[in-house]
Formats: sequence, C-alpha cells, structure tokens
Amino acid sequence: MTTRTADLSYLNNTTDDPVGRPPLVLGGRTFGDVTNTVCGIVENPRTPPLWYVFFGLSLSLLGVLGAMIAYLIFTGIGVWGLQSPVGWGWAIVNFVFWVGIGHAGTLISAILFLLRQKWRTSINRFAEAMTIFAVACAGIFPAIHVGRVWVVYWLFPIPNQMSMWPNFRSPLLWDVFAVSTYATVSLLFWYMGMIPDLATIRDRAKHPVRKIAYGILALGWRSSNRHWHRFESAYLLLAALATPLVLSVHSVVSFDFAVSIIPGWHTTIFPPYFVAGAIFSGFAMVVTLIIPTRAIFKLEEIITLRHLENMAKIMLATGMMVGLAYSTEFFMAWYSGNAYEGFTFLNRGFGPYAWAYWIMVSCNVIVPQLFWVKKFRTNVVLLWIASILINVGMWFERFVIVVSSLSRDFLPSSWGYYSPTFVDVLTFVGSFGLFFTLFLLFLRFGPMIGMAEVKGVMPEAHHGRGAHGDYHGDVPTDRDGMIPVKAKREVVQ
Amino acid sequence: MTTSDNFGYLVEFDNVDDLIAGAERVRDAGYTRWDAHTPFVVHGLDRAMGIKPTKLPFLVLGGGAVGLAGGVGLQWWTNAVNYPFLISGKPLFSLPANIPVAFETTILVAAIMALVGMLGLNRLPQLYHPLFNSSRFRKATDDRFFISVEAVDPKFDADVTRELLEGLDGMLTLEEVQS
Repeated sequence: MTTRTADLSYLNNTTDDPVGRPPLVLGGRTFGDVTNTVCGIVENPRTPPLWYVFFGLSLSLLGVLGAMIAYLIFTGIGVWGLQSPVGWGWAIVNFVFWVGIGHAGTLISAILFLLRQKWRTSINRFAEAMTIFAVACAGIFPAIHVGRVWVVYWLFPIPNQMSMWPNFRSPLLWDVFAVSTYATVSLLFWYMGMIPDLATIRDRAKHPVRKIAYGILALGWRSSNRHWHRFESAYLLLAALATPLVLSVHSVVSFDFAVSIIPGWHTTIFPPYFVAGAIFSGFAMVVTLIIPTRAIFKLEEIITLRHLENMAKIMLATGMMVGLAYSTEFFMAWYSGNAYEGFTFLNRGFGPYAWAYWIMVSCNVIVPQLFWVKKFRTNVVLLWIASILINVGMWFERFVIVVSSLSRDFLPSSWGYYSPTFVDVLTFVGSFGLFFTLFLLFLRFGPMIGMAEVKGVMPEAHHGRGAHGDYHGDVPTDRDGMIPVKAKREVVQ
Repeated sequence: MTTSDNFGYLVEFDNVDDLIAGAERVRDAGYTRWDAHTPFVVHGLDRAMGIKPTKLPFLVLGGGAVGLAGGVGLQWWTNAVNYPFLISGKPLFSLPANIPVAFETTILVAAIMALVGMLGLNRLPQLYHPLFNSSRFRKATDDRFFISVEAVDPKFDADVTRELLEGLDGMLTLEEVQS
C-alpha cells in the first residue's frame, strides 16, 4: 500500500495532457499492490459492519419479493392494477427497466474492449456483475406475468403433452430467445474473465474451504502463456459476439411494442431509441453503485475520477440521443398526419399522465446537461445524485411508453386510467432486494475488479517499460521506444 | 541425472523485459515442452515463445454455423412441418420473421463454443498440476513471472538445461519441481 498523504490532489487524473496518456492506476502502485487491494476486500476476516446493514436490508426486500410473488401465484394476476385497456402495467415497465440496466455491463466489457478503451479494465467486472443481476431481476417479471406460472415452460420449444410448439412469428417469443441468450452469454463472459482472478484468490487462500472452493472455481488455471494465448482469443471472440448481441437484445425488446399497431408504439425509431436508453440507464446504475463502493472499499486509486468522468460523458451523449428520440417521436407524430399518433403524443405531454412525461423529460434530458461542465462531471456527490435521477427518469420513460399508449388508444369509449396496487409497488421494490442481495454477495466473495486486466494496462506491464504502444496487439519496442530490428522485419512481412 | 519424479525446472523473474529476453533464449535453444507463466497477458510474449496462432476462431465459426442451422431448422420444422401453424394468414415459413431467433441461436452456440473450446484446447479444468507443488509458483497469479521447462522435453538435460536457465538475465531463483 502506498502512504496516503493529506493532499489528495493526486487522485485527480482528469487533466488531459496531449503529450502523454493519463495514468489509469494512481498512487505509484505495483502489481502486488493491486493484488493486495482487491484480494484484501475478499480476504478481510471482518466483514465491514455497513455490509451487514445493507445485506440485512436487501435480504428483507428479497423476502418481500418472494411474498408478493407467492401472493400473486396463489391469487392470480388480478392482485395487480391491470385492467382493460391497460393489460401491461408495472411488470412490463420493470422488465424493460431491468434489462436496460444490464446493457452498460456488456457495453463496457465488449464494445469498449473492441474500441480499445483501456480505462474499462477497472470497472468492467463490476459492471458485468451488475448486468447478470439486473437480467436476473428482469427475467422474473415476464415469467410471473404469464399468469399460470406452472406452465411457463410453454415459452420454450420443449415437446409437451399438447404436441404444440411456440409461435416463432411472435416478437414475444423472440424476446424469450433474446433475453435468455443474453443472460447466458453475459454469464459465460463474466465467468471466463474471472478465472485468472479466482486463481489469484486461490493462491492466496489460507483456509482449506477457501482453497477448495476457489480452487474448483479457478479450474486449475496456472497462468500459462500458452493458455493466455487462447484465453485472449476467446475473450476477443466473445466480445465480438456480445457486441451485436447487446444491440439486438433491446431491439428485440422494442419489437414487443413496435410490431403491434398501438399508437405511440408502432414506430421504426424504437430499436435505436431503446438501445440508447438502455446504455444511458445502465451507465447511470453503474455510477450509482460504484461511487459508494469505491468510497467504502477505498478504491479511489484504481477506480479513478477519470473513470467517473468518462462515464458522465457517456451519459451525456446517450442522454442527448434519448432526448433526440423524444423530439423525433413528436415530430413524426405531427408530420405523419396520423390523427391517432398526433393525439397520443399530445396526450403524453398534456394528458392525465403528463406528470410522468415531464418527470421523464426533466430527469433524462435536462439533468444530463450538467455534464457539459467539467466541474460537475468531476463532483462525485453531484454525479451520484444525477445518476439516481437518471435511473428514476428511465423508469418513467418505460412507464410513459407502456401505460400512456394503452390507456388511451383508438376508441374513447375504451379509455381508462391505470393505477398500480400495493402488490405492484412492493414487487418492484422487492426486485431491488434481489439485485442488491446478489450484488453484495459478489462484493464480499468475488474479485470485483479484474486484477489481471488492470495489471495489464499499467506501464510496467509493457515490454520496454515505455507504454508507447496500445494495450492490445502492439509491436514490442525496446527501452527507447524504438521498434527492434527483428520485430520490424516481422511487421514488414 | 534426470530422475523420474522430476517434473522440470521453474525459474522466476520480477519483470516483463527479463521474462521476454529469457523466453527468446529458451525458444532459440530449441525446447518445445516449456511454458511461461504470467499474472496477466504479456504482449510480445507469444512471439518470444514462438506460439502459433490458435485454431479457436474456426471452432467458434463452426459453433456459429451449427447455431444458425439449428435456429432456422427449429423454426421451420416446428411451425411449418411438425405442427403447421397458420396465424393471421402469414406464410408457414418466412425468413424475415425467423431472423431474430436464428441470430440469437447463432450467437449462443458460438459463445458457448468460445468458452468450451478455450478450456478444451487448454485441457482445463485440470485441478492438479506438478507446478502447484512449488510454493513460489503461487506468485505467478500475483506479481512474478516464470518460465518452466519440462523434463519430458526431448532436449532436456538436467545439467545443460540448468546451465541455460541459470544464465538468463534477471533470473531470481531456479527450482526443481517434483512431479
């Protein structure tokens, strides 16, 4: 560990120097320091008391979720606020909300990897874990929404007693495949990336139970370079596969709406609009979670201010995309000349759900404008509050889409006003219990920072010490930064 | 004096440059059953060791092809052949409606192939390995770098190999690992 001085200004690495790359790990750390910091959290024999407080709270909420689901299954869907004409209420809102949150993890682990954004290494494991837990929360809602939960397997092409198969021309079935594939691939990607770090924990373990548990999880990884070679290849391939996958998942989710004929849903802008919103909300959730975590576990030297600032920039960009989508929808509603479309959007902005619409616009379009100013991007408290507001705004976006369109469609005689019941509310609150329970367990028992990857972006990790090249696929240079003759020859060939 | 219970030699370094220089010398000496062990991916080491590109991408391509064929075949056979499913007057089998599911199954099988293929080619999981007998080797997942040369290597000679390894720049320790 480095000695901490009262002057913490070294923790600010957000100044751009055009001559050199800003350091991604601060405090003059060595490889061993990174190992000690990250493993120290897992190995600490005394769990921080705050962890027990949060875990107890999360576990209680998880209990609430279980009770609400049990009540729903024993009684029926009528315990929710669903009525004609609004047949999709909070359950679908929550489903889209949680799936969207997951997208940031895959974006960080796959797309930023392909774009060679080295700063991703400090936060990718954390964000991937968030993805898996968010998708787990998302999966619950459609599964319990089907009503007869005991025949939910009819969603999958499994031979059954009726000799019938699911209808593959329905977007709802596409969704089953998209979300289950997404969950599986995210889990594989997350686990594979963790194998070297699990081996690190195994090699440091003292207690026999830990030795066996982490030993099995690490699969006997022995840091062999012949293994690393294939590992890197597999990582690149998984990143290349996960990139189109993550874009497809929220596109397919948006097809659930766009393929119908409901005004306000039947639009071609939905897939890109949903994907941008998903990344926006996902980054907001990463920021919401990572700011307290880095403070509690003292990780400011690895998850630096620059990492947070970069995420604020991504939220600004995706928030603007979402704002553009909102205005495009309004424009198209007017420009199409379709009376139902035009009415739907005026109704969103000025009808009975106007309050929800303007919460959405304030949180998703106005709040991110703060991030034009560097002072705000690097103010941790402000960033944290803004990220929570964005989470709220993105939940309301899905509420506006689902409920406002359904409550007033073509026939005024069938209009209605939807209100949730306490079961809707507590089920949603309870899903946070599941999310945080899994998350806290991961923070306590798993390597929350990808140590092998962080070490790989440190200057000492590069042949020639200069870190002249890029992280991946660079030509090795000698100590003066020149390409050795032998390597040059190979490059020419 | 190669004994049957000798797995080979393990040498330790504390930085990337010495490791790569050492790996080049072991490669040039003509050894084949040897390896380097590093806590993270060291770029340039593949070339220093003379590792050939892996065939994993072809396995993944094959996995993707199986997934695609399976996805299209599943939709065609279930909705158009086994139980012709006429809904809204749509054709029983039409590719545009079948693209999303076929895409997902392609990605799914290819991704599983990437992980399973990587582990298979690396012969993992392998929970026991002689190198784990060395207590020093535990630092290979922390901050030390190692080169191991196995006694089964045809060029292995207890004395000549030891001399080569002890002569490597920056070599910290040499250990004879029992199998």
